[in-house]
Amino acid sequence: MSADALAAPARFPDAAGHFGRFGGRFVPEALVAALDELAAAHRAAMADEQFQAEFAALLRDYAGTPSLLYEARRFSARAGARVLLKREDLNHTGAHKVRNVLGQALLTRRMGKKRVIAETGAGQHGVATATAAALFDLGCVVYMGQVDTERQALNVARMRMLGATVVPVTNGSRTLKDAMNEAMRDWVANVDDTHYLIGTAAGPHPFPALVRDFVRGIGDEARAQCLELTGALPDAVTACVGGGSNALGIFHAFTDDPQVRLYGFEAGGDGVATGRHAASITGGSAGVLHGTRTYVLQDADGQTQESHSISAGLDYPGVGPEHAWLHDTGRASYRPVTDAEAMAAFELLCRTEGIIPAIESAHALAGTLAVAGELAAELGRQPTIVVNLSGRGDKDVHTAGEYFGILDKE
Amino acid sequence: MSRIGVVFDKARTDGRAVLVGCMPAGFPTVEGSIAAMKAMVSAGVDVIELEIPYSDPVMDGPVIQRASDIALAGGVRTRDALRIVEEVAATGAPVVTMTYWNPIEQYGVDAFARDLAAAGGTGLVTPDLIPDEADEWLAASDAYELDRTFLVAPSSTDDRLAMTVAHCRGFVYATALMGVTGARREVSQSAPVLVSRVRAVTDLPVGVGLGVGTGAQAAAVAGYADGVIVGSALIRCLLDAPDQAAGLSALRAVSAELAEGVRNPTR
Repeated sequence: MSADALAAPARFPDAAGHFGRFGGRFVPEALVAALDELAAAHRAAMADEQFQAEFAALLRDYAGTPSLLYEARRFSARAGARVLLKREDLNHTGAHKVRNVLGQALLTRRMGKKRVIAETGAGQHGVATATAAALFDLGCVVYMGQVDTERQALNVARMRMLGATVVPVTNGSRTLKDAMNEAMRDWVANVDDTHYLIGTAAGPHPFPALVRDFVRGIGDEARAQCLELTGALPDAVTACVGGGSNALGIFHAFTDDPQVRLYGFEAGGDGVATGRHAASITGGSAGVLHGTRTYVLQDADGQTQESHSISAGLDYPGVGPEHAWLHDTGRASYRPVTDAEAMAAFELLCRTEGIIPAIESAHALAGTLAVAGELAAELGRQPTIVVNLSGRGDKDVHTAGEYFGILDKE
Repeated sequence: MSRIGVVFDKARTDGRAVLVGCMPAGFPTVEGSIAAMKAMVSAGVDVIELEIPYSDPVMDGPVIQRASDIALAGGVRTRDALRIVEEVAATGAPVVTMTYWNPIEQYGVDAFARDLAAAGGTGLVTPDLIPDEADEWLAASDAYELDRTFLVAPSSTDDRLAMTVAHCRGFVYATALMGVTGARREVSQSAPVLVSRVRAVTDLPVGVGLGVGTGAQAAAVAGYADGVIVGSALIRCLLDAPDQAAGLSALRAVSAELAEGVRNPTR
């Protein structure tokens, strides 16, 4: 990523972190000073050439970016579209998340803090945080719901190998949202020496803007790569949306290109109509969760409802506030993709391209298959679609193996 | 002056602090929580802080979380909490509600203020709503003449502290330490400093919460604050008890010990 691209000012949110009616800060007063400190450090870092140069060097030399933009010809033939995959799965630690953790680790050092805490669902953000903590010699505690520590034992071991302490959270539903609550509680108590290295573009201001700024290189790279490869901008850009950092990362560079359609695919689980899903925008309503106003899965009294998805990384009952706003303004379209649709696309990419995607990213592939025909009809020609292949599927081999019934019985 | 203000005023004249006791609505059941709060009042608790349970209470420690989970699993609704307000307010003790912002927003901010006022509640403590985001609540609380208590913390800057206190009515809630709710062996040393910082900018009474569990701690906090706010130590009485009668009896005993503490401030 060029230093110029990183420095380009984002127009949103406003100074208080609002994206239209969404975003803001719904936090205990005890955290406001730390959030103000973080917002100031973020602003200063974005304007600091040395910080940008250091971030760019880490992304290049350590994370392995820019990631490739790969033309998936056999998948394209099945999709009826020219499909270009943004290969974030090839980054160090296997997903786009490394960009965010490296940026925030640099900020942590800049603020003089010595300890990072993080929440994790499937463990991917926890592993990425533990990785950055090892690299930057920071103390690291990762909160993970007890249900998740049991189903993601391998990632728990990875974090421990990297020197992190993993704390199983036994409150509430014992999943990602409860891990976030526990990380917030730790932060309130230890805010002087600790940075909360949040894993997605959600939470109170400045996290949604800050995380977006650290991952927006995905779209900056993809835009330039697409122009170079095809001589034109794509007709559409697609991504999966849980909290939504990979989607914002790739959308952002295209928001001023009105001819480029932006599609976010949420986890539809068993189908939005069944109530067992994680589609906060298509199946939820506006509310406040984890410090921000956004779309939330909730009951009539505002109690958070449990989300369901085959993809642990999308299994979250909220979404980043910028997505809520992009939905309201109509700049991006959000649609649900069911577990079954995602797994069919997962299998198709394996068999046509020899690439095992993360189940999260398989939602973007499935959504792409669904919109390709509509786009072709509308444009009267084959559309070009850039898909954010946000992560690789190594972590999902067990889940997918069980789903397809291909594991040998013991 | 609000009804809570009258209670604080009288306590000030008597040379003691006000005891504020917290209990989640619907814990362990709706009727059980009403019985618990009536027992607290009869044992000397001056003001009831009724917490409307929320699924993701980030300011609360393990004891209140467990109690909230039990209440929610029992199916308690916001409208049940308002009925509890009405029943407990009938004892004559002021009832202030406390909850996270999303339940209020989903009920409807104006509707909540209207129904809380109609139920006889005095106001609302908002642990995750800061004045910066509170326009709707400021308007609704003005319209229905409800108190509003925002939190101040040791980390609040002088500017923020003055701004936050300027938006409070009834009393100010000082979070004595950086951390979540729950009784601790020692109440933080930062509390007296925070209280004096608040006193420098307002005449409103100041309540101190987070960490008080014994009569001696209550007496120590009463030495510098106008209100002593206790939650986890009371709730634990019910969580740990084998049955309701034993729980209420333990609750009365702890309430009485704390009430004795606030009447004998350590100066």
